Amino acid sequence: MSETELVHVLSGEEIAEIEAEIAHLPDRESAAIDALMIVQKHRGWVSDTSLHAIARLLGMSSDALDSIATFYNLIFRQPVGRHVAMVCDSVSCYVMGADGLGKAIQEYLGIAFGGTTDDDRFTLLPIVCLGACDKAPTMMIDDELIENVTAERLGEIFGRFE
Amino acid sequence: MATINVDGQQYEVKEGQNLLHAVLSQQLNLPYFCWHPAMGSVGACRQCAIIQYADEDDERGRLGMACMTDVVDGMRISIAAPQAADFRESVIEWLMENHPHDCPVCEEGGECHLQDMTVMTGHSVRKYRGTKRTWENQNLGPFIGHEMNRCITCFRCVRYYRDYAGGTDLSAFGSRSRMYFGRSEDGPLESEFSGNLVEVCPTGVFTDKPFATHYTRKWDLQSAPSVCPGCAVGCNVFPSERYGVLKRVQNRYHGEVNGYFLCDRGRFGSHFINSDQRIRHAGIRAEDGVFEASGASNAIAEAVKLVTMDAVGIGSPRASFEANFALKKLVGEERFCTGLGDNEAMLIELALSIQREGGARTPSLTDVEAADAILILGEDVLNTAPRIALAVRQAVRAEAFTMAQEAGIPGWQDAGVRGHAQQALSPLFIASVATTRIDDVASATWGGAPQDIARVGAAIAHGIDPTYAAADVELSAAGIDFMHQVIAALGSAKRPLIVSGTGTGDPDVLRAAANVAWALKAKGSDPALLLSPLEANSYGVALLGGGLSMSDALDAMTGGSAAIVMENDLYRRGDAQRVSAACSESKMLVLDILENETAEHATVLLPASTYAECTGTYVNYETRAQRFYQVFEPDDEIRPAWRWISDIADALDSSGAGWANINVLIEECAKATHAALATISPPSDYRVEGGTRIPRQPHRYSGRTAMRAQISVHEPKATVDDETPFNYSMEGQNLGTQDGAAVPFVWSPGWNSNQSVFKFQQEVGGALLGGDPGALLVAPAPDSGDASRATKFQEVPDAFVATEAFLVVPVHAIFGSDELSNASWPIVERMPAPFALLNVADAKRLGVQAGAGISGPGLGASFEVLIDDRIPAGMVGVVHGLPGIRAIAAGRIDLSVDPDFIRRPGGHPDVIARG
Ligand code: SF4
Ligand code: SF4
Ligand code: FES
Ligand code: FES
Repeated sequence: MSETELVHVLSGEEIAEIEAEIAHLPDRESAAIDALMIVQKHRGWVSDTSLHAIARLLGMSSDALDSIATFYNLIFRQPVGRHVAMVCDSVSCYVMGADGLGKAIQEYLGIAFGGTTDDDRFTLLPIVCLGACDKAPTMMIDDELIENVTAERLGEIFGRFE
Repeated sequence: MATINVDGQQYEVKEGQNLLHAVLSQQLNLPYFCWHPAMGSVGACRQCAIIQYADEDDERGRLGMACMTDVVDGMRISIAAPQAADFRESVIEWLMENHPHDCPVCEEGGECHLQDMTVMTGHSVRKYRGTKRTWENQNLGPFIGHEMNRCITCFRCVRYYRDYAGGTDLSAFGSRSRMYFGRSEDGPLESEFSGNLVEVCPTGVFTDKPFATHYTRKWDLQSAPSVCPGCAVGCNVFPSERYGVLKRVQNRYHGEVNGYFLCDRGRFGSHFINSDQRIRHAGIRAEDGVFEASGASNAIAEAVKLVTMDAVGIGSPRASFEANFALKKLVGEERFCTGLGDNEAMLIELALSIQREGGARTPSLTDVEAADAILILGEDVLNTAPRIALAVRQAVRAEAFTMAQEAGIPGWQDAGVRGHAQQALSPLFIASVATTRIDDVASATWGGAPQDIARVGAAIAHGIDPTYAAADVELSAAGIDFMHQVIAALGSAKRPLIVSGTGTGDPDVLRAAANVAWALKAKGSDPALLLSPLEANSYGVALLGGGLSMSDALDAMTGGSAAIVMENDLYRRGDAQRVSAACSESKMLVLDILENETAEHATVLLPASTYAECTGTYVNYETRAQRFYQVFEPDDEIRPAWRWISDIADALDSSGAGWANINVLIEECAKATHAALATISPPSDYRVEGGTRIPRQPHRYSGRTAMRAQISVHEPKATVDDETPFNYSMEGQNLGTQDGAAVPFVWSPGWNSNQSVFKFQQEVGGALLGGDPGALLVAPAPDSGDASRATKFQEVPDAFVATEAFLVVPVHAIFGSDELSNASWPIVERMPAPFALLNVADAKRLGVQAGAGISGPGLGASFEVLIDDRIPAGMVGVVHGLPGIRAIAAGRIDLSVDPDFIRRPGGHPDVIARG
């Protein structure tokens, strides 16, 4: 693939959003994280092909961009389900039973942490403190913070996400 | 200077350094990982902990990282304090959690900085019982092995590869305990300096892959101080041998030349020594044309006959100064040819006369790194003299260091300096025939035919000082813009540097470079002028000089004169038809290392030593004469070329015309040519403290009996070396206090890795304890300070005009253009297919695309088309010197498409080393 073809792995919309970020920054490379987030927002994750395309668009090497992408836990370099459920395992939630809750969720979804359900509905990940310790244990599904999670509420909580 | 107190002892150290640097310069032991003398500090590994006390009364002190602490006059610190020592041990313990402890099967074992630091901190008992993280390794190409499990996350590799060497295809991936250092996918590392990873990585993650195919522990390797034969930079190297096999080449520190780093041509280019193409036996061609091994004495008798037939002697820019001198003496000045092609010889004469003229400094690589504005005229240094390109990459950081200084950030604060400077770079301008692989750090680039590069140069000189001709030179708009930028940048620089060389084949480019430097000198700055030839001893053989040009020599041969051709494939030097005629009409004695086209025509063939198998001198681009010593004794009938010549001289004239050993030859050579040749390295009777010789083998060298037990269990006496101060054994002392030219390997108690080099330096990163070796043979004229005396070149060439016929210009490939290294198997794997660079419009005109084949009269073969963004219309850049490619004359030729062309795959089609 030529450079221009490669860049056009990305949609016009993605490119426009990335260019808009670049406009605020001193150089193109500085938009790396934003660009990764934008593509992930559209596609759920960042494939190798997308990564190469973003790198070309930003004028940097794929290696350098992947170095940034892999540094962040929330840039997904593998396919994820339609929804990403992240369960806090930091200290307050731990005290409030995050361990048992984690087990319950794994059982409920039938997958281990790091896994994705067969119907591609959920990917389950652990996460650090969500800043809602007073409502521990907590979890987050996509952008929604869910507080005071109990094993009993799992059906209701997960049921809301198709 | 500052006085610091370390564990109760006072030391005088330099201010402006970090503490780690300072205490190591005092030869104290303090463990470290992430700091590197050439790369500064980032404080990543936490290994160099010390205790720093607030004042005389402070008894507790506080823990700090030595590499991140400024030296302050009067400060008091402790290395030995238990809190610091415990901390350092804990750091090792933690780094070791995931380390596989696979030392017995690790290529780093026995020269591993991690092993050394582990022992030094006293972490001798393993407590961790958990699972270790494991990784998949990558195939990084023919040069570098990869074993990620051994990584201790010091970040040195990416800091070297990306920040220092400008590579883009190696990165750190992941975070916290899941860090991975490698490429985003498998594939050969693209940087031409990747081999330094082997020495930069403190553990066995990045290792020398060719070495691993015939592995030997460091303590079992025999080494000697040597000089890389790969190009005119003359990097200092340690070639190492065992079982008569060249095992590897490592960097030999030189404070002014290569510092800590080599290029990959140099590091991986010496496996030609073990090649199947080696000429191993003396032989004679019988009347019926059949070649037969004859034994040395018959071959010499036959050679004597040739010499008495009024032979011409053709020397070589890849043979030592001494071998050339010996041959010249044998045949006489008026029958000796330097072995340089006519054009290259003319260019080198010109370059040397410019250097003699003075008016600008000839820079060492350290000086190159210190330049604050650079103009590269014509020369693609990355492909002709690679190590220079790495130095240029450091020079463009001058701006970053200035900014840091203004902001009060010490220069050794690597992350601070880089973060503050962001993308700021000092001016670097490149005028070249084609794109180069250092364009990424250039302020501006400009493409043109060699004569147009000379014109731009002339215009720049004229712009700086109008007494330099160029008034009527018309340039394109782009050329004018480039010119103005260069004039402004060079004009305001304190230490401007002009780099050029013989690579384009055009003398006007050299003249223009000289004019620019001289014009700057007249304006009162302190310019440096670097003019590089193409081969390891080009300047040496040119300084020796001979009465015959290559054409003269070929004519004489065609006229029936016999010839002695030493270490020279004439097909690489002159027009193929002329060379063929000369070779078939002349009875030739060929002394060479590898089989080649010239050797095929030999009447008498004598096997010559490589640089690792003999002692001699190369003269580098600075005219620095540097001595290399014999590492090991070659097998079979292989002998140094000068020794064959000596035997022939003795056979001709038994009154002692030959030389008993290399010392006698060096002395005679020094008397007759340059006195410095006798003093650049110690003579054979030199002894270190205590009167001992210097060992070529470490004191743990093992298996001396076992390695030849299948022949006999009676170990033979080691050869007594009457030529050098070294032993072919482990007896003697290598303390580092000896003459800097006589350090055969680095090792120091507790420091088994190459990091021990600081024990051989006056201060970290400074000169060797015994002085940096070598001496300049050409000193600029004494009144060179007075720039008005400098010659000015006032003829400006005509502009290049594109025509139907293409102008052929030589282009070079780091992996392939050098005659010996292109027979080294790892280099062969990275070698491009023979290629020709075309402008996209010209390719269209010819109806070809990248990957198609083109040929033309005089090209000999078909070349693969590569499209280059810079090469001007009407020109074709033809790669020089690949195996099987004969000398290609400059000039205009018609190009035609070769419809039957089948792409001959290079080593790695995806990575063409010249970009
Ligand atoms: S690979 Fe080597 S140099 Fe790189 S971080 Fe790991 S130990 Fe350090
Ligand atoms: S080829 Fe040249 S630059 Fe490379 S290591 Fe050898 S002398 Fe140095
Ligand atoms: S620890 Fe879970 S939200 Fe803070
Ligand atoms: S060497 Fe000082 S922290 Fe690594």
